[in-house]
Amino acid sequence: MNSYSIFGTALHRLAILCYVVFALFPLFWLLKVSVTPNDLLYSEGVRMWPSRMSFEHFRFVLVHSAFPVFFRNSMIVAGATAVIVTLLASLSGYALSRFTFRGKYWLVALMLLTQMFPLVMLVAPIFKMLSPLGLTNSLTGLVVVYTAFNIPFATFLMQSFFDGIPKELEEAAKIDGATQFMAFRQIILPLTLPGIAATLGFVFTAAWSELLFALMLISGNSAATFPVGLLTFVSKFSVDFGQMMAAGVLALIPACLFFLFIQRYLVQGLTAGAVKG
Amino acid sequence: MVDWKDGQLERKRQLKVFDATAGFPESRRQSLVDRITRHAEPYLYTAPALILIVTIMLAPLVLGLSYAFRDVHLLNPFSGGYVGLDHFRTLYDDDNFYRALRNTLWWTGASVFLQFVFGLILALLLDRPFAGRAVAQALVFLPWAVPTFLTGLNWAWLFNPVIGPLPHWLYALGLMSEPANILSNPQFAMWGPIIANVWWGIPFFAITLLAALQAIPRDLYEAAAIDGAGAIRRFTSITLPFLAPTIAITVLLRTVWISNFADLIIVMTSGGPADRTQIVASYIFTQAFRALDFGYASAIALVLLVLLLAYSMLIVMLRQVLMDRA
Repeated sequence: MNSYSIFGTALHRLAILCYVVFALFPLFWLLKVSVTPNDLLYSEGVRMWPSRMSFEHFRFVLVHSAFPVFFRNSMIVAGATAVIVTLLASLSGYALSRFTFRGKYWLVALMLLTQMFPLVMLVAPIFKMLSPLGLTNSLTGLVVVYTAFNIPFATFLMQSFFDGIPKELEEAAKIDGATQFMAFRQIILPLTLPGIAATLGFVFTAAWSELLFALMLISGNSAATFPVGLLTFVSKFSVDFGQMMAAGVLALIPACLFFLFIQRYLVQGLTAGAVKG
Repeated sequence: MVDWKDGQLERKRQLKVFDATAGFPESRRQSLVDRITRHAEPYLYTAPALILIVTIMLAPLVLGLSYAFRDVHLLNPFSGGYVGLDHFRTLYDDDNFYRALRNTLWWTGASVFLQFVFGLILALLLDRPFAGRAVAQALVFLPWAVPTFLTGLNWAWLFNPVIGPLPHWLYALGLMSEPANILSNPQFAMWGPIIANVWWGIPFFAITLLAALQAIPRDLYEAAAIDGAGAIRRFTSITLPFLAPTIAITVLLRTVWISNFADLIIVMTSGGPADRTQIVASYIFTQAFRALDFGYASAIALVLLVLLLAYSMLIVMLRQVLMDRA
């Protein structure tokens, strides 16, 4: 190796290191403050790690606050949304991948349209629509709304996974007397398990993070999801930084777990949808 | 039900022999019911998705458009009457709206530009094999998984001089006269949400561009190197032309998405101080959520929709041009 390429390699590694530090530093700080005891919080403000660690904030958040309820609510909402969306999107994604039918073009156009217009437009009318049905301030209402919002993207994602499976598999099964649905359920679905896992992960993360509709539709603690609970907590007790950050760390856990889980499918997933974050 | 699966491969081999004739007599023998089921099948698969999209997205959209011409206040049971173009007249004279429009341009432009530039650099860095690439990739993509409300809070805390290090560092560098919160400074407050957005959005660009980079045939680079092309020449003559369609589509779609992305602003500043960080999307949300003025919120939303529609037409046309060229 000549000196030029050694220099280049060093620069490359240094740049990567900068990116890693930039990506992780905010999360590191969140963790750091969450384990800093209250009496050191201000005296050791900008130190990289407190001289003494404590888990008192986590204990408080888990025992004396409503966060376990928020956590459970968010789990129910995100979990139910992910399962229902994946189920419905694998059906519709399969139809888009395998059938040609009248109106298909319009269906795709409609789904693309839903990805283009600002969802914040729907905050007011959805509140007005769900309110007489008793679906405001309810987890069911949130699941219904999130399911509809996530279906178009999930459909395109599942379609891209189905497109990767050769059509000959079903054709052979149909020759042998299987109906299209039997072929879909018994042959194609098992082959798309990685795709199903990826879709579950994407939708779960999206539903776990949703804020605006949860803020609008939910009032009061009993049906609050994590984002709503955390923001209410922040506006009420904005001095308990340790507790807020401990709650933040807890909100991070499921999202990070799902991220590790779907990491391998990121490239395919984002290029299939290419619209949503 | 199992044995058709077993015979599958063998039948498939037989199929080749009868291929030309096998389908024809069978389709004649099909009963009417079979044919109807077959015809209805794709609609059965797509019906649940379609019904949900129509009732939960399309119907509220239409309802919202009607609110734009009505007086709809959540707390006033007597509201709901048609007011014609009153909301739009108010909007025409609403300085907050024009400020929100300018802020939207600034917020979107700066966020997309920085996310794209840093995302492209990251994609180029990750495109080169090195030991530990998988781990580095997982770590730099991690911010994308962080829920946006938490991203907003996390950065708001980092900018807070009581608890965060950033003001103290900026002070130490001489960029601030005292360790103050940038989010309460009217002149610079917008940088707070922008930086949080860049942190959160770099992975999206990096992932998309990395996928496009990895699709470029490697031998092109080798051939160019043999012909004596330097690194910069290879980048401008091979990499950029290959990436151009992906870059165009991603940047344009992302622009729409980010211009509507109000979460970070609502969490970090709620549009303040003095509306300096209010974008159109957060203004709509504030009108609906805090003022409970659904009519006015919907009127602003309608204007935003028209602007975005015009922009989307541009994208479609550009996409057509790109596809014709390919």
